[in-house]
Amino acid sequence: MNFLRSLADRDRVFDFLVPAASPVDVRHGPILYLEDVTVSFDGFKAINDLNLTIDDGELRCIIGPNGAGKTTMMDIITGKTRPDAGKVWFGSRHDLLTMNEPEIASLGIGRKFQKPTVFEALTLFENLELAMAADKRILPTLTARMTPAIRDRIEEVLETIGLAELRLRPAGILSHGQKQWLEIGMLLMQRPRLLLVDEPVAGMTEQEMERTAELLTGLAGKQSVVVVEHDMGFVRSIARKVTVLHQGSVLAEGSMDQVSNDPKVVEVYLGADAEEEVA
Amino acid sequence: MRIFPLPWPVAVKASAGSVAGRPSRCLVLLILLLSLCLTAVAAQAQSPDAAEDAVALELLEALDVDSYPAKGEAIDAIVQSDDPRARDWLSALLDGRLQRADDGRFVVVLDNRGREWPVEDALSGEALGQMSRRELDRIGINNALRNQLRSAIAVVDLYSADLALRRASAERLLGEVDADLAEPLAGVIEQEEDRQARARLIQALAIHRLEQGDIDAVADLKGSLHPRVRVALNRAVMGDDQVVADAAQAALNSIEQNLRINRGLETLYFGLSLGSVLVLAAIGLAITFGVMGVINMAHGELIMLGAYTTWAMQQLLPGQPGLALILSIPAGFLVAALMGIAIERGVIQFLKGRPLETLLATFGISLILQQLVRTGISPLNRTVITPEWMSGSLVINDALSLTLNRMVVLGFALVVFAGLMLVMRRTRLGLEVRAVTQNRAMARSMGIRATRVDILTFALGSGVAGLAGVALSQLTNVGPNLGQNYIIDSFMVVVFGGVGNLWGTLVAGLSLGVINQILEPWAGAVLAKIIVLVFIILFIQKRPRGLFPQKGRAAEG
Amino acid sequence: MHWLGRPFTERSTQLFLGVLLAALTLVTILHVAVPQGHPLHVSAYTVNLLGKYLSYALLAVAVDLIWGYLGILSLGHGAFFALGGYAMGMYLMRQIGDRGVYGHPELPDFMVFLNWDSLPWYWTGFDMAWFAFIMVLLAPGLLALVFGFLAFRSRVTGVYLSIITQALTFALMLAFFRNEMGFGGNNGLTDFRDILGFSLRSDATRLGLFIATGVALAVGYVLCRAIVSSKLGRVCVATRDAEARTRFIGYRVERFQLFVFVVSAMLAGLAGALYVPQVGIINPSEFSPVFSIEIVLWVALGGRATLYGAVIGAILVNYAKTVFTGVMPDAWLFALGAMFVLVTVFLPKGVAGLLAYRVRRRKHRGEDDESPTPRGKEVSA
Repeated sequence: MNFLRSLADRDRVFDFLVPAASPVDVRHGPILYLEDVTVSFDGFKAINDLNLTIDDGELRCIIGPNGAGKTTMMDIITGKTRPDAGKVWFGSRHDLLTMNEPEIASLGIGRKFQKPTVFEALTLFENLELAMAADKRILPTLTARMTPAIRDRIEEVLETIGLAELRLRPAGILSHGQKQWLEIGMLLMQRPRLLLVDEPVAGMTEQEMERTAELLTGLAGKQSVVVVEHDMGFVRSIARKVTVLHQGSVLAEGSMDQVSNDPKVVEVYLGADAEEEVA
Repeated sequence: MRIFPLPWPVAVKASAGSVAGRPSRCLVLLILLLSLCLTAVAAQAQSPDAAEDAVALELLEALDVDSYPAKGEAIDAIVQSDDPRARDWLSALLDGRLQRADDGRFVVVLDNRGREWPVEDALSGEALGQMSRRELDRIGINNALRNQLRSAIAVVDLYSADLALRRASAERLLGEVDADLAEPLAGVIEQEEDRQARARLIQALAIHRLEQGDIDAVADLKGSLHPRVRVALNRAVMGDDQVVADAAQAALNSIEQNLRINRGLETLYFGLSLGSVLVLAAIGLAITFGVMGVINMAHGELIMLGAYTTWAMQQLLPGQPGLALILSIPAGFLVAALMGIAIERGVIQFLKGRPLETLLATFGISLILQQLVRTGISPLNRTVITPEWMSGSLVINDALSLTLNRMVVLGFALVVFAGLMLVMRRTRLGLEVRAVTQNRAMARSMGIRATRVDILTFALGSGVAGLAGVALSQLTNVGPNLGQNYIIDSFMVVVFGGVGNLWGTLVAGLSLGVINQILEPWAGAVLAKIIVLVFIILFIQKRPRGLFPQKGRAAEG
Repeated sequence: MHWLGRPFTERSTQLFLGVLLAALTLVTILHVAVPQGHPLHVSAYTVNLLGKYLSYALLAVAVDLIWGYLGILSLGHGAFFALGGYAMGMYLMRQIGDRGVYGHPELPDFMVFLNWDSLPWYWTGFDMAWFAFIMVLLAPGLLALVFGFLAFRSRVTGVYLSIITQALTFALMLAFFRNEMGFGGNNGLTDFRDILGFSLRSDATRLGLFIATGVALAVGYVLCRAIVSSKLGRVCVATRDAEARTRFIGYRVERFQLFVFVVSAMLAGLAGALYVPQVGIINPSEFSPVFSIEIVLWVALGGRATLYGAVIGAILVNYAKTVFTGVMPDAWLFALGAMFVLVTVFLPKGVAGLLAYRVRRRKHRGEDDESPTPRGKEVSA
């Protein structure tokens, strides 16, 4: 089916040469827009009337206690979970609720999981190769060739994430922090418009954390980045704008200072389990 | 009019055997009477028997004549005599087993094969050893007499004190009532107290009345589902009398309707029965697969082990199949559970988190177990005896009877299910199992010994497979391939019901059983099975998590 | 078609093709040139047996393609093999013509026996070799396409998929056992006379079939190798190890699964088609779930995700089967059962894993030996 179509398509250009053509329309506002989203599992409302907007090129941190719905929110944006009610728009043209995961991914939304998942049996090079923006249909994938342009692009990202000398080793041997970077590298290969990053510094050393902060802030501006993180120090070091989630909806939003002085936030979150970190 | 049998005369004719030669009948009678008197005196308080036997002998003498009409009268006389032995004489006469020995005595032949026939005295019932067929003269009958005898026996039985005999006799009279019988029958109906026998007699009489063109008889036949009633009504529909024919047709239609309902109920029963077997076979799997996530392809062989345990138990306790069966329940559980533990410790624990490898390894075990049984016991099927209290069937009406063994298995399946629910919901083990299922690491950190829970869960699931085997031994052949026949079905039931959900397994098992039985009449057994399989395959595509899926983050994983 | 050429540049493929070619040549020479009675002579019986092993090897390669690289454990590949076999069997039945027991010019014997008066519609065209040979690929391919489309679309993977593929082959077995299906019921299709005009009873035809099977194995191997060494192959491995991740980087995983599943089913069908003329019969027992699981064992024993391991496994296990069933038939099932257990517990990488380990030890002696362990990640996400 798919195959015949791509065979017939004679004047197909090599898609990887085209920069991830993002048809996203952000002229009239935010790149991501969630309105009144609700989802429940067995009666438990994981997300409850959530409203959230992310602007183009913004770096946003989302914090909140365990069970606040952060991961579920990411699941909804990437199409893994369907909400019971609400709207999710990418730009002003794409209703994400009508699309499946690969479609959403090909729109330019990249996601980094909480637990780093890389393809352990493949080399770092191959991991990045697969992630690269390209024609991801079957036949083009089968007949794909390695060209110098692709090679350069992959090497460039390998340099960026600092793992160039390990390029031919299988990803399974990487340390936890290195896997996180490889994953971010894979996201970069996709040239996404919006990056969703789930707890990027969990289990990292101080230096690794700094390096990650650099990586993420370097991305902002070109791409919109949403970071979900527990580590307050890390959030403070990168955040311009912070959103606090609590029980599935937005509790507060603003700069780190505004948020951390909000009495509601202090009560439910900072006061509860992260006192010393904020202090 | 009812006659209650007197105590059977005991050893009344001990001396009769000593009479030798061929004395005349009178002499025989004389000696007989004499000896009767003697024994009567000797035995004390048996004098009424002696007089009775004299009368009885006369009755039998009347049979030994050449003219058939005379024989007919003699038969009537016997029926009227109220003698408790009348039934035996008549049925012996009907079978040609009532014969006269050369010495003039009337005997009943017990077995007429070979040359020497074992016989007993017709009057005393005393065994007389063997007699040569040349010493015996058969009392012959013709077809007319045969019919007369049949109804005569039925009539005699109608007066019996034995309820079962009366019911059976009433049953036999359906369609056999003739003008001669009609009148006494009306009297019998008056007297009969048992509702079932009475209803039958009314129907028997009604069939006769219908044949006579009595339209009111149709009303008496309306509710009956007996095939002979339908035959009679059908005949009436064909008959000349239009009014009667129409009434009969109406009655037939309502009977047909009734029959359809009964057939539906029967299908439902068979479906539930098949379903209960599926539930039994699958429920153990629902635990090991659903709760532990372990694919145990040897599950079928654990069922087989349970069935073989029943067989072995019956070999150990010959002559007591019922006791053996009951003892097999704990024994089957234990055998299968121990084997389950051996499998878990020996293989599965090394394959944690690799379900596909577990599948292959346990398949290997299933091959080994099958072959062990084949070489160790026999490649042929073993016979497992069904105890008496499980054989036979519960008769609801003429069109619907429920076989007892299936009913017992159905009940057993429900009990096992309820028991498992209790274990999972109410015991410490159940709690721990659910905890380990949901979050292994967390459960461990709370002090639950996950390994122990694994072993116990697997033992429980396997033990239940053993129970299934015990139950299956009552329904199917017990052979090395027993398990193989159920493994795919069991997986289908678990997947269809929703993995990790015991209720789902129950509902899925029962409904698949019923669906299969509903399809069977018009598709045939094999095609029905294929249709069900294809249905499940398609269903899984539509709802990959079964009828009752688990929802939530864990399930989304 | 550069992607098809890629395997020829790989050392392992060159080695495999070399060994296969050498074996084919050697058997041919020993069969044809060495006179009968000479200890080195390879009998027609042995040639036939080896041909059967080679068709099994092709089947194992097909299973390894989807299990080893895509992590899909199909317990129904016997069904695709049997379908290919039946397509070939139908052609061979039609070739009998009026030489059957009943001498009917058109109907196979079993149809005459069932009092059928004409061929069922689905038998039309099978008298033409080209049509039958297309059906050999098309019938299993179509079944795989429909089944796979439904299954992968609903993301039925892991053990669920294994179980329903097993149910599929079981249902097909029951169906083919029915006389009404028009495939000879219990007895299947047999009493074949000739193929493409060559008598199936002549030694030359047998040698020809053996060589054809060897060539088919080589082609199938190269095709699979081309797939797994392409970017598509890497997508497969990625899907096997982290399906959700692959989805998130933009691959329509279910389509890749479907594509490879269909290719694999067609290869299995081809294997079945080559198997049938060599054993002279096809019956519903080829659909039995046990056979399908056995195929998986060949692959597991030989070593998953290597392709050549599947070939080694298929030949080893089937050779063992021939020997065992000849010497002590009762012990075979014990041995087979034990193999399942031992291989999964003690030899997860199979014989190929052992070989690779030894080769690596020789190469890297002294170096650190950190080997990637891509195993056991096929747990459904």
